[in-house]
Amino acid sequence: MSANTALAEKYRNNFLKEIEEQVEMGDWVKMCMQCGVCSGSCPTNFQSAWEHPPQELFMMIRAGKREEVLTTTSMWNCTSCYNCIVRCPRKLPITHIMHGIAEYAHRIGKAPKMQATRFFSGLFWKNATKTGRVNELKLSMGLYFKDGFAQGVKNGMAMQSVALGLVKAGRLNVMELFGGHKCKDQKGIQAMLKKAYEIERSRKAAKMAG
Amino acid sequence: MAKHEYAFYPGCSSQKGASASNYLTSVESMCKTLDVKLTEIPDWNCCGASIGYAEAGELPRHVLNARNFALSEQHLPGQEIVATCAACWLGARETRERLTHSDTLMADTREALKEAGLQINEMPNIRHMVEVLIEDLGFDEMKKHVVRPLEGVKIAGYVGCQTNRPFGVSGESFENPQYLDKMVEMVGAESIPEYEQKVTCCGGALAFSEPEKAQAQIKDIVESAYDHGAEMIVTPCPLCQANVEIYQGQINKRYGTKFDIPVMYYSQLMVVAYGGSAKEAALNGQVIRARRLEEIAAKPVKR
Repeated sequence: MSANTALAEKYRNNFLKEIEEQVEMGDWVKMCMQCGVCSGSCPTNFQSAWEHPPQELFMMIRAGKREEVLTTTSMWNCTSCYNCIVRCPRKLPITHIMHGIAEYAHRIGKAPKMQATRFFSGLFWKNATKTGRVNELKLSMGLYFKDGFAQGVKNGMAMQSVALGLVKAGRLNVMELFGGHKCKDQKGIQAMLKKAYEIERSRKAAKMAG
Repeated sequence: MAKHEYAFYPGCSSQKGASASNYLTSVESMCKTLDVKLTEIPDWNCCGASIGYAEAGELPRHVLNARNFALSEQHLPGQEIVATCAACWLGARETRERLTHSDTLMADTREALKEAGLQINEMPNIRHMVEVLIEDLGFDEMKKHVVRPLEGVKIAGYVGCQTNRPFGVSGESFENPQYLDKMVEMVGAESIPEYEQKVTCCGGALAFSEPEKAQAQIKDIVESAYDHGAEMIVTPCPLCQANVEIYQGQINKRYGTKFDIPVMYYSQLMVVAYGGSAKEAALNGQVIRARRLEEIAAKPVKR
């Protein structure tokens, strides 16, 4: 049984409870009073391809629309500007809830696979934690080559003038491709992160069993 | 002994050859003038930034920041941690807040840190460099060192998101913070307090992953600066700086605009006003050259 099936089975007909127990800051969702200030404050609101603003997602969670919520691209459009947090009259940590739902959808394999920001988010974390510090060149290259080699070359060409400008200004070092900045105690970082994932997994599992 | 000492968390983008290396160069020159001593936290690591959320989870993200706290406590006991990057500052402060408010999270973090042979006994204060400047030094002290005022230069103060929300600088409003405009005035330039895009989001990480969305926002930020007659934009955030500066060419192609406005760090303005050279202010680190500042930096200092 996949993680998703097990969770869907356990929380059958109670998606709100699933979100409360399994999503970071998920227990805040029920506090939303549907005023819509978050939606009106979100920079993503003014873009096309915006499926569900936060307040709508919160209502969908309460309405048990599990599939629609977990598979939408909406959370992934968050720019982490924190405008919704500071304006929410009920002080919901909306940015964190958005990240939390996105992380959960990603964790159980429901998130849209090729959504660009989902891809970039995973890439960023792996890039940063591999050596303890971000390698900006490898990060950009990883994103450009997301859809294969040919598309990667095309993306790289489109970004050529931007990259050249940075190289000339001394703010992009091509040698980063062959190493780059890193922490000394990478072993310690890997070990402590491994432990952190273990603890987090066991805490979520305990909630599910409880 | 320096007047003010801090444990310094420069962050990934500040490193040599990285996208905000010009920020670090100018901060170092600025601190020299102001007698502020920054000691780098040995072997500091990435904060995870907001965008790492897909894989980070809650605990791993906080453990990552807590490692820096532990290293700071071990090597620089009693010193507050100062970050120059908005994301580093926000990430570290958020971790501080969460760990302080949850005994479980704190205990779990301690357990994970043991794997790296580290421990936390005290929660450090996490400060942004602009907080240090405003709160620990103050505008009068900052102004005292101005020997080459940036007279007649009109500058739009672009605060952006993460230096402003959710924590922000104490005493400032989220909707219309004033401190950056005051800093512009402090260096002798002309500020634009009514610049209405000062807290608009630059798109953050979406500038990489979904550029058309971020660039629509960057266009508004730059356009409004022009509308107010600004010659340059100034910001306290490395990602704001990069996003607003380096994509202007692409935005011109997309929208048929003719943007070519320099985007500076507050520290660069201060170094030039303090009599520093173009090199000390890292003006050579601009993708869009700040000619006007280069001219001023070449002038002799009035003492």
